[in-house]
Amino acid sequence: MEVPILKQGLYLIASIQAALSDVDLVHLRDALAEKVGKFRARGVIVDVTVLDVMDSFASRTLRDLAHMTRLRGAETVIVGIQPEVAFAMVQLGLTLEGVDTALDLEEGLAFLDKKTKRRTSRG
Amino acid sequence: MASEAIILINSDIDVVAARQKGRELATMLGFVSTDSTLLATAISELARNIVRYAKHGEISIMPVQSGDRVGITVVARDKGPGIANMSLAMQDGFSTSGGLGLGLPGVKRLMDEFHLVSDVNTGTTVTIKKWKR
Repeated sequence: MEVPILKQGLYLIASIQAALSDVDLVHLRDALAEKVGKFRARGVIVDVTVLDVMDSFASRTLRDLAHMTRLRGAETVIVGIQPEVAFAMVQLGLTLEGVDTALDLEEGLAFLDKKTKRRTSRG
Repeated sequence: MASEAIILINSDIDVVAARQKGRELATMLGFVSTDSTLLATAISELARNIVRYAKHGEISIMPVQSGDRVGITVVARDKGPGIANMSLAMQDGFSTSGGLGLGLPGVKRLMDEFHLVSDVNTGTTVTIKKWKR
């Protein structure tokens, strides 16, 4: 099941619609890394609100995704991790270290606005 | 009471199927939502280990009853390479502490009971249990 990626201004928004297999997740990671260049995006939002399980593979792939897009010049923020999913992740020791997160899509957009603005004004 | 479900694990798609089956049973038995999530996550990790290390195996998910307690037992079984060093496998591997990175200590934390049997010749069986609160 492919994840739709929407372009919204300088940002790409990937909104996960259903449970994803490992292959789907890897595909999403690679598609976003590529599209950051194609659309000259400055930010990426991955909305995981519908995911009811975030296991070690999903966490690692999302972390890789965030690091890959950062190397391509775009900031990534993961939004919508459910409280129960967060609890299970912490029990498993999956903390998504070095990855930005926000409560939901709205907060994610606000976060990127602040972060990319800061980058622009500094650069 | 619901009966046992056996899911054959042969690819990453089966990982999703197995954990959805676990959540389904947990919901049916009236588990609180948090515990259903913990169980589904644990099943996901065990199924993932089968795909990664043994390629093929199976996961059975069954309701259990003990007195007036109701729970779910999950058995993940494979005939893969087995685990040579069990104590190393039970060390936390997500940090730099040198575990095998099988995620088994994490799975144990998610569950009420955890039992690991493995032999380099016969494969690995992990049995986990979660009681309804």
